[in-house]
Amino acid sequence: MENLIIAGRTFRSRLFMGTGKFSSPQAMVEALEASQCEMVTVAVRRVDLDNPHDPMMEAIDWKRFFLLPNTSGARNADEAVRVARLARAATGTNWVKLEVTPDPRNLLPDPVDTLEATIRLIKEGFIVLPYMPADPILARRLEDAGAAAVMPLGAPIGTKRGIRTRDAIEMIIENASVPVVVDAGIGAPSHAAEAMEMGADAVLVNTAVAVARDPKRIAAAFHLGVIAGREARLSGMAGTSAPEASSPLDGLL
Amino acid sequence: MKGIDTTKSFEELVKALDLNNLEEQLNHPQSLREDDLHNPDFHGFIRLLTPKTDAELETMAHTASRITRERFGRVIQLYAPLYISNECINGCTYCGFRHDSDAHRVTLTDDEVMEEAEALHETGFRHILLVSGEHRGKVPPERIARLARRVKRRFPSVAIEIYPLRTVEEYRTMVESGVENITLYQETYLPDYYEKYHPSGPKRDYSFRLAALDRAGAAGFARLNVGALLGLAPWRVDSALTGYHAAYLAKKFWKSVVAISTPRMVDAHEGITPPFPANDRALIQAVLSYRIAFPDSPIVVSTREPAPLRNRLALLGATTMSAGSKTEPGGYTHGDEHAERQFEVEDQRTPEEVVEDLKRVGVDPVWKDWDGAIG
Ligand code: SF4
Repeated sequence: MENLIIAGRTFRSRLFMGTGKFSSPQAMVEALEASQCEMVTVAVRRVDLDNPHDPMMEAIDWKRFFLLPNTSGARNADEAVRVARLARAATGTNWVKLEVTPDPRNLLPDPVDTLEATIRLIKEGFIVLPYMPADPILARRLEDAGAAAVMPLGAPIGTKRGIRTRDAIEMIIENASVPVVVDAGIGAPSHAAEAMEMGADAVLVNTAVAVARDPKRIAAAFHLGVIAGREARLSGMAGTSAPEASSPLDGLL
Repeated sequence: MKGIDTTKSFEELVKALDLNNLEEQLNHPQSLREDDLHNPDFHGFIRLLTPKTDAELETMAHTASRITRERFGRVIQLYAPLYISNECINGCTYCGFRHDSDAHRVTLTDDEVMEEAEALHETGFRHILLVSGEHRGKVPPERIARLARRVKRRFPSVAIEIYPLRTVEEYRTMVESGVENITLYQETYLPDYYEKYHPSGPKRDYSFRLAALDRAGAAGFARLNVGALLGLAPWRVDSALTGYHAAYLAKKFWKSVVAISTPRMVDAHEGITPPFPANDRALIQAVLSYRIAFPDSPIVVSTREPAPLRNRLALLGATTMSAGSKTEPGGYTHGDEHAERQFEVEDQRTPEEVVEDLKRVGVDPVWKDWDGAIG
C-alpha cells in the first residue's frame, strides 16, 4: 500500500488511533501495537503535562508512534488555541488535531470556531488537522486556510454508527487536495473499509477499539479493514469513481 | 430528552406536575418497554423508575453498562472534596453542620486550605471540589473566588459546592476565577418535604435554591451538577424530578455538561435516620435509569457509598467518584480529630486502594480529565 503523506511527512499506516476510554494504559498500548498504526492522538486535557511520569504518555513508545495532540474539551477557538500552545510547549510537536466542540452532549464540531482556530494556529506555525462537520464548503475553506488535512465526521463521536454523512464525505474527497481522514463514528472494521473504499485517505478510530471486549483483536481487524478498503479503492472497484488509468475519451477527441 | 419546555422556569414545570399523581404512577409497576431503553422522553424515564423485576433490572443493567462504556469508556474520573468551613447558619435537620448542632466549628485560613490542597495534590488528585457551609460572613463569595484562583494554579479542575449565590454576576466571578464545575443539590424536589427539613436559615427558600443552577448556567459554568439527597423523600419521585431538572438544564444551557449525583443519606452527626431509606436496589435502579435516559451525563457516586457497591456501579453507570474523602475542614492534614464531619464516609479506602480496586474490575482510574487551558 502506498504511503500517506501529510504536511510532507510520510505515514505507512492509514489507520489513526485515539487513546481515550481504554480500561488501562496496557490495554491501550497492546491495541496500538496490534493496529500497526503510526499516528496516535492524545487528548491534552487527559495528560498531566507537569508530570514526567504521566501514565498515558509514559506507556506509549514515542519512537514508534507519532504523537498528534488533540484539543478535545475545547469549547471555542480561544480554548483550542490555548490547549494547542500548551501541547506544543510541553511536547515539542507543532502538529495538532483541532477539536472545538461546544456541545458536550453530541460533541459536534463548531464550524465557525474550527475555521477561526485553524486560521489562528496556522499563523502561529502549527500543522493543523481539524475535526470538522462533514460539510464540503467548510472543507474547502479549511483547506484554503492551510489545514494539513481535513477530518470530517462519519457520525457523532462515540456513536459507532458508521458513515452517516456519506454523500457529503464523497463530495469532500472529490474536491480535496489535502488528505481526508474520516474521524468519529467508525464502529466496525467494515465502516473503516467503507470509508477507504470511498476514497478517504485514512480513518481515525478510538471508541470501537477501546470498548471492545478484546481491544487488541479488533485493532488488528481495523488494520485489515483499512487495507482491504484501500486496496479495493485502488483496484478500480466497480461502482466507484476511483480515478481511471486513462480517460475514457483518450485519443478520441 | 425530548419535549422539555425551557420557556418556563423549572419551578413552573414542577408546579405544573401533579406530584401525588406522579408518585402513584411511579409506585405502580410498569413492565420494561424496549423503546424506553433508547433515548426515552420524560414519560419513558418515569417508566424506568417504576418497580421492576430482577430480570428487568438485569436488562436495564446491560443497556446502561453498554452506554457507559461507549460514551465514557472503561474509566472513572477521580476527585476529592476539600471542606473550607463547617460553619453554617442553616438548620437542615439531616446535617451535622446545622447551626444548632454542637459541632466544633472550624473555618480554615487561606494557607490552611492550600495545605489541604497540597496534600490532595500529593496523593494524585487533579480535580478538586471546594465545599463550604452557608456563612457569608466567614466564607463570603469573594473569599471562595480567591481560594479558587489559588487552588487553580495546582488543579486543572476546580469545582464548588457552596450555598447558592444571589446573582449571575456572583457566579460569573467564580467562573472567571477558574471554577468550571458547580454542584448544588436541591436535597429534595418535593416542596412539602423541603419545608420540613429546612426550618431555618436562607435555605428555607425552595425557589431561590431551585433557580440557582439557572443563574450558574447563565454565568457559563462548564458543568452543572444536580442531585437529590435520597432518603429524605420517596426516592422514585426525587429521582424522577432530578432527571427532569437535568433535562431542563441540559436543554437550556446546551454548552454545559449536566452531571447527576446520587447522594444517599447516611446517619449524620447526631444519628438521624433517613425517613425514606433508599436501599441498594433503589440506588442501582436510579443510576441505571439516569444512564439510559441521560447517556452523556456524568454520574457521580461519593464515598457515602460502601466500597463494594461503588466498584459495581463503576461498571453500570457511574463515571465520577470521590476517593479517600474527609468531610471535615482540615481533615487531610490534621487527621480525624480536628473538626466535625458533615457525614460519615462509608467507603473508608485510601485513594490508592480505590485505584487498585478499580483496576481490578477493569476500569482505568483517571486523575486528570480537564485542563486549565480550557477553563
Ligand atoms: S446541609 Fe449544607 S446548608 Fe444545610 S446545614 Fe449542612 S452545611 Fe448547612
